[in-house]
Amino acid sequence: MSYESLLEVTDLINEYVACIDDDDLERWPDFFTEQCIYRVIPRENADAGLPVAVMYCDSRGMLQDRIVALRNANIYAPHFYRHLVSNTRIVGESGDEIKAQTNYAVFQTLLDGETKVYNVGKYEDTIVRVDGKLRFKEKLCIFDTYRIQTLMVTPI
Amino acid sequence: MDAKTDPSAISHLPDLAWPPAGVSDSVPFGVFTDQATYDLEQERVFRPTWNYLALEAEIPNAGDYKSTFLGDTPVVVTRDTEGEIHAWVNRCAHRGAMVCRENQGNNADGTYTCVYHQWAFDAKGDLIGVPFRRGLGGKGGYPKDFDMKEHGLQKVRVENYHGLIFGTFNEDLVDVEGFLGGEGDVSYHMKRILNRPLKVLGHTRQFVDSNWKIYAENTKDPYHASLLHLFHMTFGLYRSSQVGGVSLGDEWHSVLFASAGEEDESTKKENKENASRTYQEGYTLADMSLLAGRKEYDDGVTLVILSIMPSLVVQQIQNTLAVRQILPKGVDQFELVWTYFGYDDDDAEMDAIREKQVNLIGPAGLISMEDGEACELVQNAIIRDRDARSCIQMSGHDFKDEPHLVTEGPVRSFWNRYRLLMDF
Amino acid sequence: MDARVTGGMDLNWPEPGVCDAVPYGVFNEREVYDREMERIYQGPTWNFLGLAVEVPNAGDYKSTFIGDIPVVMTRDDDGNIYAWENRCAHRGALVIRDSCGSSDGSHTCVYHQWSFNNKGDLIGVPFRRGLGGNGGMPDDFDMKENPVRKIRTEDYKGAVFGTFDWDMEDVDSYLGGDSVVNGHVKRIFNRPVKVLGHARQYIDSNWKFYAENTKDPYHASLLHLFHMTFGLYRSSQTGGVRLSNDWNSVLFSESGTDDEKAMEEIDDAHLRTFQSDYSLEDMSLLAGRAGEWNDNTTLVILSIMPSLVIQQIQNTLAVRQILPKSESEFELVWTFFGYEDDDEELTNIRLKQINLIGPAGMISMEDGESSVICQQAISRSRNARNVLQMGGRTPEDQDHLVTESTIRGFWKKYRELMAY
Repeated sequence: MSYESLLEVTDLINEYVACIDDDDLERWPDFFTEQCIYRVIPRENADAGLPVAVMYCDSRGMLQDRIVALRNANIYAPHFYRHLVSNTRIVGESGDEIKAQTNYAVFQTLLDGETKVYNVGKYEDTIVRVDGKLRFKEKLCIFDTYRIQTLMVTPI
Repeated sequence: MDAKTDPSAISHLPDLAWPPAGVSDSVPFGVFTDQATYDLEQERVFRPTWNYLALEAEIPNAGDYKSTFLGDTPVVVTRDTEGEIHAWVNRCAHRGAMVCRENQGNNADGTYTCVYHQWAFDAKGDLIGVPFRRGLGGKGGYPKDFDMKEHGLQKVRVENYHGLIFGTFNEDLVDVEGFLGGEGDVSYHMKRILNRPLKVLGHTRQFVDSNWKIYAENTKDPYHASLLHLFHMTFGLYRSSQVGGVSLGDEWHSVLFASAGEEDESTKKENKENASRTYQEGYTLADMSLLAGRKEYDDGVTLVILSIMPSLVVQQIQNTLAVRQILPKGVDQFELVWTYFGYDDDDAEMDAIREKQVNLIGPAGLISMEDGEACELVQNAIIRDRDARSCIQMSGHDFKDEPHLVTEGPVRSFWNRYRLLMDF
Repeated sequence: MDARVTGGMDLNWPEPGVCDAVPYGVFNEREVYDREMERIYQGPTWNFLGLAVEVPNAGDYKSTFIGDIPVVMTRDDDGNIYAWENRCAHRGALVIRDSCGSSDGSHTCVYHQWSFNNKGDLIGVPFRRGLGGNGGMPDDFDMKENPVRKIRTEDYKGAVFGTFDWDMEDVDSYLGGDSVVNGHVKRIFNRPVKVLGHARQYIDSNWKFYAENTKDPYHASLLHLFHMTFGLYRSSQTGGVRLSNDWNSVLFSESGTDDEKAMEEIDDAHLRTFQSDYSLEDMSLLAGRAGEWNDNTTLVILSIMPSLVIQQIQNTLAVRQILPKSESEFELVWTFFGYEDDDEELTNIRLKQINLIGPAGMISMEDGESSVICQQAISRSRNARNVLQMGGRTPEDQDHLVTESTIRGFWKKYRELMAY
């Protein structure tokens, strides 16, 4: 893979987490292809070969529905996210697809001002080019922190 | 309910090794570590007294609200559509959920709705809406004798004292002026700082792993200033703040004040000798603009620390104006919420001066950041010394107004009142 | 004095037999919590341990908790499931340290390698006769007298329960025998199940706030706004509540459109702004498979005290285990399952519907949150009481969902067991 392509992939991931951290969630589905897979999977299930994910969307429409629900339906403690991501490993390339893995940590801050490590895990991304731009065709968030504090409403 | 007539308010009465009644020049360290004492304080020290809740300037408009705590009880301060200020316990009268979830905001329609079952309350805390009260399709709903008037939020009595909003659970308490001790230095200095409309400049918050009373002692102790806080010494800035005094209000509130004016050489020398840690020679500030203030009060007083028990410090240090709210969070934790303010009519230069001086005072304050640290040093040291006692004898055994700052008199006054309130 | 004797006795309880209000001190005092561990969790109750399919083969084990006491359930060569406290009979170490696994039928403590069989009997003690004639256990040391503490178990239609009380009635009677409650348990556990996965939530709240929540059908349309927001009129307003042994309950609702008048009443009840400008972009989320049980029941919430919720919501099947961790914390462990004979499409339907229910469930994620905001609000409200009068003042079966009847049943039984 060329250096420029690697930069483009890491740029996609950096923009993705910035979009969430900046609460620009209406734009979040745009990082995915129309037909896509987004799954947030507790590590204990991934390790045991069990299929349950706490979020499982198989279309961009479902991602949009998540955000509308977050904005209008769901009740949760007001909070901020801050993602820190590792350098990205390119683990495969075939045809138009790039497979990349990135570790992440999400810190959550509630209105009392205390910051806690909320969710730590690994992105396993399958990235394709659509209309000249890289998009996630599949994004798996396999999280080590499989005991979720209270609930999960904001995507990882 | 008054804990003194309600022994069930706590499960075990503490039995600390107090000195004889009336002696307040030492206290057993267990008072800082004992859970039952902490629980009893909520009933006997916080709830029956006036506690600082908010600046009026934080809720200027109809519908504004701020959520905070009275002791460790969550409360909300509101301004109703008529402009009246109210406060209530942030606990739904139905099943106990928090009604207000934001730190502050505006409810233009004046309605506060619990998310759990949507019981709705007005700014006064009265119940104004109950879904499914008559059931659904003729089924369910509340018994016929269910009376909305009996299910309001628990109300907190409030008073707006020159722009500071205080709250209490005690309907029989004197007004705030009387609580401060009436006419006197404490009330005078409060009104001196609160002399005209305020504007909020911002907040900072500190979480300190110490009992709240160790901080209360600190705010009533003028003599640690030149010993713990070495900023002035380090940069060779002889502080003029050693000329001043302490006054008490209703015995347990206090004001520490100091005036500008050059100290004489002998005082300087004594200060230097008394500072037992190495005195640093040779440092100077590279940018003196940090200290460039503006004289804004005619009296020349440059430092005022008002310690209004149990929950409030009001300060003027140079041009820094702030209230500090002390929020106990457990026997060995408290939060300190700083609200910096200026006056409505401040010019831009004055704003800039105040903003810059926050460098000196506050969580990262070069002069006084050590106060939080000192509290933790004490808390960490006393963990197994329940019955050992502190020594609070600087300048005597009693407490009174004094024309100097080398005293722990205000600290003794605090403990004297504390023991009376706690019935220890 | 011993908290197990006195804890919570001095709370501001209403008159005996009155269960339409409880003092908030019951939710935030250590003494009450310790008393619960003694009188409820180690008392005459059946506690959910796991699904039998989680330990399919001889030697398989799963570690879990009864209350906050660590326990292990294992399957023996005889095919039966046994359980014991996860505390070595020697010096008190955890014998099993992982959450599940397989063994050869012996479970060895790492500390001094005392070894126990699936039933909890001691089968091996290193250096029992010493080393080179030195040391060793006394001659009268009897292996039979040193098992781990055993727990009575019962595999009830694939759900495994345990109790420290060896005189308890069986699980069938505990669930209410021929009651509607037990009928719903049998309806869900009608054939072999398969585990689809787990999810865990840690909630800073007393476990009883959550217990109240699982017995409260009427918060659904008020706290959970997913259906309202997307203009999906939910049919869940026709249904009812049933009790067994006072504190076990089932909330159920049936499909079928509500009448217009009822919908208006629900709309009127909403004081928060009613949103109906949105529609789902992808309706596949709600595309379930109707008639799975050959009835119209689309929602079943079984609250089996003190530790278990069994749910069917559309096609989502799950058990939720409530694990108290302190007076202000509990863990909620979800085990999602389907049936062994599910086809691939049905499995995918179940997996997709977890988006609606669970820690990130768009319909009901708020349940954990509602428990937290109660805990936060009551810090100094020991003797103040809540109000549990919706639908009357007594626990009783009702043919509607606008009620707190089942919560009253819980508190009635709770006061009996706790001797308050």
